[in-house]
Amino acid sequence: MNARPLRKGAFLAIAASGALALTACGGGGFNNNNSGTQPSKTGPVKLTVMIGSSGDAETSAVKAAAAAWAAKSGNTVEVIAAQDLGQQLGQAFASSAPPDLFYTDASRIGTYAKAGNLFAYGDQVKDAGFVDSLVKAFTYDGKFYCAPKDSSTLALQINTGLWTKAGLTDADIPKDWAGLEAVAKKLTSGTVTGLVIGNDINRSGAFMRQAGGWVVNSSGAMSATDAGNLQGLQEVQKLMKDGVLKFNTQTTPSTGWGGEAFGKQLAAMTIEGNWIAGGMKDYPDVKYKVVELPAGPAGKGTLMFTNCWGIAAKSPNQAAAVDLVKSLITPEQQMKFADAFGVMPSTTEGLKQFAAKFPDSAAFVAGAEYGTGPVNLAGLDDVINKFNSQLATLTGTAGDPAAWLADLQKNGTAALAG
Amino acid sequence: MSDISDAAVPAVDRPHDSRASRTSARRTARFGGGLRGPEGIMGWLFVSPLVLILGLFLVIPIAMALWVSLTNWNGSANPFGGGQGAEFVGIKNYSDLFFKDGLTRANFMQSISNTFWYVIAVVPLQTVISLALALLVNAKFLKARSFFRTAFYFPSVTSSIAISTVFLFLFGGGVINGFLKLIGVTGPNWFNDDRGLVHLLFNAVGVDNPSWGKAEIFGRSLWDWLSGPSVAMSVIIILVVWTTSGTFMLMFIASLQDLPVEVDEAAALDGTTNRQRLRYVTIPMIKPTIFLVLTLGLIGTWQVFDQIYVMGGGNPNGTTLSPAYLSYKQSFANFKYGSGAAMAFVVFAIIIVLTSVQRWVLTDKDDRKPLFGRRRKGASA
Repeated sequence: MNARPLRKGAFLAIAASGALALTACGGGGFNNNNSGTQPSKTGPVKLTVMIGSSGDAETSAVKAAAAAWAAKSGNTVEVIAAQDLGQQLGQAFASSAPPDLFYTDASRIGTYAKAGNLFAYGDQVKDAGFVDSLVKAFTYDGKFYCAPKDSSTLALQINTGLWTKAGLTDADIPKDWAGLEAVAKKLTSGTVTGLVIGNDINRSGAFMRQAGGWVVNSSGAMSATDAGNLQGLQEVQKLMKDGVLKFNTQTTPSTGWGGEAFGKQLAAMTIEGNWIAGGMKDYPDVKYKVVELPAGPAGKGTLMFTNCWGIAAKSPNQAAAVDLVKSLITPEQQMKFADAFGVMPSTTEGLKQFAAKFPDSAAFVAGAEYGTGPVNLAGLDDVINKFNSQLATLTGTAGDPAAWLADLQKNGTAALAG
Repeated sequence: MSDISDAAVPAVDRPHDSRASRTSARRTARFGGGLRGPEGIMGWLFVSPLVLILGLFLVIPIAMALWVSLTNWNGSANPFGGGQGAEFVGIKNYSDLFFKDGLTRANFMQSISNTFWYVIAVVPLQTVISLALALLVNAKFLKARSFFRTAFYFPSVTSSIAISTVFLFLFGGGVINGFLKLIGVTGPNWFNDDRGLVHLLFNAVGVDNPSWGKAEIFGRSLWDWLSGPSVAMSVIIILVVWTTSGTFMLMFIASLQDLPVEVDEAAALDGTTNRQRLRYVTIPMIKPTIFLVLTLGLIGTWQVFDQIYVMGGGNPNGTTLSPAYLSYKQSFANFKYGSGAAMAFVVFAIIIVLTSVQRWVLTDKDDRKPLFGRRRKGASA
C-alpha cells in the first residue's frame, strides 16, 4: 500500500547519490586542457618516467642516466618499467596524472597525438642532429612531436656454419632477389629452412619496400594497392612455394620469432634487427654474420623501428622533462645505452661512433640511410593489425595477397577519413 | 507493513482498521507525522548506505558509460564537458557498428560471430559435463568422493591467466601434437589455424564457399557467419569447459544433495531403470539449478576476455576476437572510448535478450508469459 511513496523515495535517493557522484567528478577528476602546454612548475620537481624495457640491463641503464641528470639538476626522477607499455599508457592518459616522460613507439605517434596526449617539443631538440627518416617518423600533421630515442633497422642474418656446409662462400652473399632465392634453396635441407621470417608486415614489408611499394605514400595517403606491394608479397609467396621460406609460426615446432628459429638452427637465415644480438645470447654455439638485405627490383629497402621520448600533454613538469630528454640524447649517453643493451643511437654522430665501435653491426647502420619508418598515422593501428592477421595465413599455395592489399587500402582510407 | 497492527486487533475489526491504516499511511507520506510516521524515514535511513553504495559503484558508472557511448570521447578531455574530444554524437557509435562499412564493423561482426559459436559450444558442453561429474561424485558407491570433488573443482580455483599459459605451452609447444603423433594423427598448428570447424565439415563433403553463401548480413557473408569456431578458438573452448565445469558441478552437487531420498526410492520401487529415474525424476527436480547454470554460463561466455587476452588477442586472422576484448582494444589502444562503450552495451543487450529467451524456454508451458510486453491479465505469477 505504500508503493507510490516508496518509488518516489527510491528515485530521490538515487538522484541524490547521483548528484553526489557527479559533483565528485567535476571536482577535478578530469583535466579539461587540450592545448598540450601546461604552466610549468618552478623549483625542484619529481618526474615519472615509464619505459617498456627489454630487460634488467635496459632498466638499470635508464635509471642510471636519469639519476645522473637528477643529481645535476636537483630534481628527482622515478623510472617505472611497464609490463605492457601500450596498455598502461592508455590507462594513464585517461587518468589525470600520466607519467611525465615515456617511450613512444613510432607507430603510435599519430594515435597519441590526435587524442591530444602528447606535448610537441620537437622544435626544442631538433638541432641534436637526428637521422632524417627518424624525424619523419615522429612528425605527424606537420609537427615534430618528440625526440627519437634510438633506431634499429632490419638486416639479413646468416648462420655461417650452415653456410659453409652448403658450400657457399662470401661471394654468394645475396645482392638481389635472384641471389636470395639461389642461396635459400641451397641452404634448405632436412629440418633446416633457408629463410625464416616473422609473419607480419614488419618483415614482409621489407620486400614491399624493395619492390618500390609501401602502405602509405609521402603525402600521407594510402597506397597499399601500388604494384610494388603486391610484387613484394608475391616474392615472399614464391619463396614459400619453393619451400625455402617459412614464417616463424610455420616451422616445426613453431617458433616465437625469426631469431628463435635461427638460434635453434631451424633456419639458416633470418631477417631481424640489431636486437638479435640479445636473443642469440641464448644460443652461444650458433655463429652468424649480419649483411644488408638484398636489393629488389626497385633497389635497396629496409624497415626502420624507433621509439621516442614522449612527454605527456597533461604533465605539469614539461620544462624539466625536456631538459632530461636533452641529457638522454647526447651521443655520449646514447653510446652508453648501446654498450649496456645494444640499442642503436638516433643521431648521425651517434651512429658514426656506433659503427666504429661495433663493426659487426655495420649492416644495421647502413640500413639507417635508406630505411623506412613505420606507418604513424592515427587510426591505422587496427587496419595494419587486420592486414597482419591475414598475412599470417599466407602459404605457398593459399592466401590472396592482392585481396588483402585491397582490404588494407579500403580499411585504411576509411580510417584516415575518420 | 500492516501485518503487525493487523495481528494486534480482533479479526472482526479488520476492514475498518485497514482503511484507517491506509489513510494514516497517506498522511505519513505527506506530512511525516502520525503514529507510525518515522517508520518510512527510518527505513530509508537504514537502507541508504546500500542505496548510496549501489548508486555510486553501479548505477552511476553504468549511466556514465552509457553517456560515453553517445560521445566520441578520446580519453584525454573531460567526457562530460562536451567540446573537442568529447562531443555528443547521438547513436552514431551504435549505428556505425551495424551499418557503416569499415574495419570496425567487420571486426565487431566477426567477434559476434566468433562468440556466438563459442557460446553454442561452451554452454551445452559445460552444463552436460558438470552435471555428469556431479552425478558421478554424488553416487553412493564411489569411494574417496571428497578427493574427486576437489580434483574436479581444482581447475576452477586456479587463475585463468596461469591456466591459459599452460595451455599455450601444451598446444603451442607441441606437447599435444607429440602425443597425437604417437597414435598416428598429425595435429594442426593449433594457435595459427584459422579454419572454422563447420567450414571443415562443409569442405569434407565438397562444399567450399558456395553461391548461396555470398549473401551479406551486416557486411559479413553468410558463409563467414557459418564458419564455426576456428581451430584456435576450439582450444579456448576446451580450456573454458575444463575450468568452468568444476564450479557448475558444485552447484549441481548442492541441489542433488537437497533432493528427497524418498522420491528416488519410490521411483525405484515402481520399477524404474536408472536412466528413467534420471530423466523423469532427478532432472525435473533440479530444473532451477539447470536454469541457474545455463544463465551463468550464457552471461559468462559472452563476456569472455582473459583467455583471449592471453592466447593471441584475436589471432589467427581475427578468429578469436571477442566483443569484450575488442571493446577493450577499441577503448584503450585506439582511444575510441565511445565506440568501445557502445560495443559493451550491444553485448549487454544480447545477453539480456538471450537470457529472457532461455528463461521463457525453460518455464513450464502453463506458467509462460509472453516473451516481451506485459503479462496476461489474471495469470498467476
